[in-house]
Amino acid sequence: MALFGNKNKDTKSSAGGGSHLKISVSNNGSEYTFTLDGRLDTITSPDLEAKINEVVGGASKLTLDLGSLEYISSAGLRVLLGAAQAMDGKGDMVVCNLTQSVMEVFELTGFSRMFNIE
Amino acid sequence: MKELIVEAKRENLLEVQSFIDEQLEEVGCPMTTQIAIDVAVEELFVNIASYAYGKGEGIAVVQVTVHEDPLSVEITFIDSGRQYDPLAKEDPDVTLSAKERKKGGLGIFMVKNTMDNVSYEYKDGKNILTIKKNLNRTIIE
Repeated sequence: MALFGNKNKDTKSSAGGGSHLKISVSNNGSEYTFTLDGRLDTITSPDLEAKINEVVGGASKLTLDLGSLEYISSAGLRVLLGAAQAMDGKGDMVVCNLTQSVMEVFELTGFSRMFNIE
Repeated sequence: MKELIVEAKRENLLEVQSFIDEQLEEVGCPMTTQIAIDVAVEELFVNIASYAYGKGEGIAVVQVTVHEDPLSVEITFIDSGRQYDPLAKEDPDVTLSAKERKKGGLGIFMVKNTMDNVSYEYKDGKNILTIKKNLNRTIIE
């Protein structure tokens, strides 16, 4: 049944200054995948935070596909940390497909040790 | 030296980063170094936009100087807001688990650890913060 429960929702955040992040959310039952395309910065991270908060209550797994994420700042890292803390004790959180630049930011900040990276 | 004067507002982040990226591209800055500099610039500019003038408004001055031999870039942020040294902030413990980690202090920690030199001074009623990055190395040594 879960297989047929797949939903896709695409949104684009470009509030002010031209900074953009495309967030695609899909789910298989209570397992949610967020695919991010663009920049996760001060301008765009509140949008991701809001979208994660919408589903995190009922999620058993949260996957963040960062394959098309070009840029992440501490504002973005804070949202990921918040998501990991919200998932703590409820299920897994996985980040995958990190680009070299994003991986370097993760290594520098200790985030590479904190998360399951695939 | 090139200079950009903008209102200290978060919405101007991309304008500030574009201004700096333009200079970096001109000197052939490697992509990963450029992203590290963009991240540092975001942390410092957003700090000014969020706190320097409280609820009021003010300007931020951003200056970029490229030095040759060895190739490096120096970026200075100047505001006339309240005196504040972001470098005085305690570093977060990056060895903790996600559960134990706190959300604060990460930005300045990244600036300190990706740039080759970071300095702060308060002079004539202005906060002056300068970062320097050598352009011949990657962000993690």
